[in-house]
Amino acid sequence: MPKLFKLQGEALVLVEDAFMALADDAAAPNAGGIIVSLSRFQADGEALLAAGLKVGVRLEVTDRVEDLAYDLACLALVAPVFPKFRDGRAYSAASLLRERYGFTGEVRAVGDVLIDQMDLMRRCGFDAFEVADTADLDAWTGALRRFRHVYQGAADRRAPAFAERAGEA
Amino acid sequence: MYRYDAIDQAIIDDRAREFRDQVARRLSGELTEDQFKPLRLMNGLYLQLHAYMLRVAIPYGTLSADQLRKLAFIARRYDKGYGHFTTRTNVQFHWTKLHEAPDILDALAEAQLHAIQTSGNCIRNTTADPYAGATAEEIDDPRIWSEVIRQWSTLHPEFTYLPRKFKIAVTASAKDRTAARMHDIGLKLRRSREGELGFEVMVGGGLGRTPYLAQTIREHLPARHLLSYLTAVLRVYNRLGRRDNIYKARIKILVASLGAEAFAEQVEAEWALLDKAALDLPALELARIRTAFGVLDFENLPAQSKKLEAAKAADFGLGRFVRNNLAAHKRPGYSIVNISLKTPGEVPGDCSADQMEAIADLAETYGFGEIRVTHAQNLVLPHVKLDDVPAVYAGLKAVGLAAPNIDLASDIIACPGLDYCALANARAIPIAQAIATRFSDQAFLEKVGELKIKISGCINACGHHHIGHIGILGVDKKGEEFYQLTLGGSGAEDASLGEVLGPALAADRVVPAIDALVDAYLTERKPGERFLDTYRRTGVSVFKDAVYAEAV
Repeated sequence: MPKLFKLQGEALVLVEDAFMALADDAAAPNAGGIIVSLSRFQADGEALLAAGLKVGVRLEVTDRVEDLAYDLACLALVAPVFPKFRDGRAYSAASLLRERYGFTGEVRAVGDVLIDQMDLMRRCGFDAFEVADTADLDAWTGALRRFRHVYQGAADRRAPAFAERAGEA
Repeated sequence: MYRYDAIDQAIIDDRAREFRDQVARRLSGELTEDQFKPLRLMNGLYLQLHAYMLRVAIPYGTLSADQLRKLAFIARRYDKGYGHFTTRTNVQFHWTKLHEAPDILDALAEAQLHAIQTSGNCIRNTTADPYAGATAEEIDDPRIWSEVIRQWSTLHPEFTYLPRKFKIAVTASAKDRTAARMHDIGLKLRRSREGELGFEVMVGGGLGRTPYLAQTIREHLPARHLLSYLTAVLRVYNRLGRRDNIYKARIKILVASLGAEAFAEQVEAEWALLDKAALDLPALELARIRTAFGVLDFENLPAQSKKLEAAKAADFGLGRFVRNNLAAHKRPGYSIVNISLKTPGEVPGDCSADQMEAIADLAETYGFGEIRVTHAQNLVLPHVKLDDVPAVYAGLKAVGLAAPNIDLASDIIACPGLDYCALANARAIPIAQAIATRFSDQAFLEKVGELKIKISGCINACGHHHIGHIGILGVDKKGEEFYQLTLGGSGAEDASLGEVLGPALAADRVVPAIDALVDAYLTERKPGERFLDTYRRTGVSVFKDAVYAEAV
């Protein structure tokens, strides 16, 4: 069973997962949170939302963030997938969700989510990490700020080096 | 050259500390090799045939004397007393140990050096004109923009796990000394008709098994928008580049499959939606970076040096060195001195710790403490007074580095080949040595003139054989090392890809074939023509006949 680490302010905390993954052919529960595929959402999204469910969408690497653009306001969560940790498409997906579409719900990293990529994920706007049940919260917390400075502006709005140098930070 | 501030230093210090932790976790077994591999690669650490190889970044090919001394220290302390300068203007140590890598990174950080992103599927070290800041030809100093790119691309959160490696070149002169069109992105500084500074943006170049020249997707990008535009290119690539096949994952394949025009449309569409104000570097920061490079205190000197002229008259060897290894400097009385790492019989690109220290001393005494690395695996002292050239020549000669052969037939690019590399099909170094030795007659070498020979030990083309005037590719034929020749390539401003001459040759036939090609050229050439010019005029058949006639 994976477990869920979530950023709350600057802290990483272990939380209960309020969402369940719902397969494309599975019946929806009566209440609570579900995570569905983009195609299921496109087919059933309105009904699921009308039933009062909290809905999240799992975004595969070949799914386009643009296809969710008009529905983001209704979504509680988007979960871009890392099929392998070396596949970096989800970083762009998260960046677009936060920066282009101003999505303020949870952006959850799912799939091959490892400690050495977490800081990059966070910078791109991920704020929740579905990790192996062996993952150690203290170690992950320690990996949060390995770098005292960053060079680029990104979705996390952290002041980049050039802003620090200009005294803006 | 650019001096780190506290922030730059903190970032490489933090990186070294992070890698120390990762190595410890690998050695303890907490990280699997599969998980560790991309992490070590992004810190320059490869596993090769005999040992770990550490590739240290020489950002845009610029080194200070102190940094070169630090490389000498590492060569001596952690390697077998030498380093190898690469076609990517980096330096490699081929005999390092995993458990010592963190100590090496700490030592590098003390000299503002690092191995960040010298491998892995991320944005690699930027290539810049090795004559930057010294040539009168340039529109602007490419190092400024290369440093802008270095900072932006370092630990970029979105672009660290790209489909494949990504290389950028910046050039600012009519003469291209960066092989810009062989890069994933080639940036050429230019001014618009209105005088505005900008970049011609070329995308999709690369060698390897399917070579392409980069194509222009924007004639003039205002320079201030460089980073937002790069973000757009990289984002399109990160999202759409293939990840199912390592050999089709470079951006060149994406550009070729979409077509340059359609690719450009995607980039422009993405760029139009980007928050440029947030991404582009503020003018203030650009000015800070420019200032951090400092201003060199050149003297006002006459254009000719009586001292040098007198010394040349007395020393034939110095005359040859001046004729072949010096280039024009923007200031009267100064010159750009090329140092050949291609002394015939030696390994192309290799440099011993003693040699590094000697060069560092010469740079400090005579050249404002600056050294450059070229993509042809040579070094450059970019600012030497003509008056001091005799002393520099003597200093180089004393350590065996005065070979007067820049851009001549013995100035050969070669990858490490089967002597070191797990990917190679054939040896490259012995072939380079044999050809260079064949051209050890200086008068003949100069008579032949500019001739760029490039050798790769396998189809991955690290030796850039596709863009050699004569390219040599090592292939495996039933377990034997064979070599396929290509002619007519160029990585310069007249860029082109070489064409295959004919069937591959056994190792002992390579030098005779080069002889035959050179003889054919000398017979055919018209006044002023280089080998490449003659080949382009006559076409392949005379050369093909020359090499294969005897076999028929």
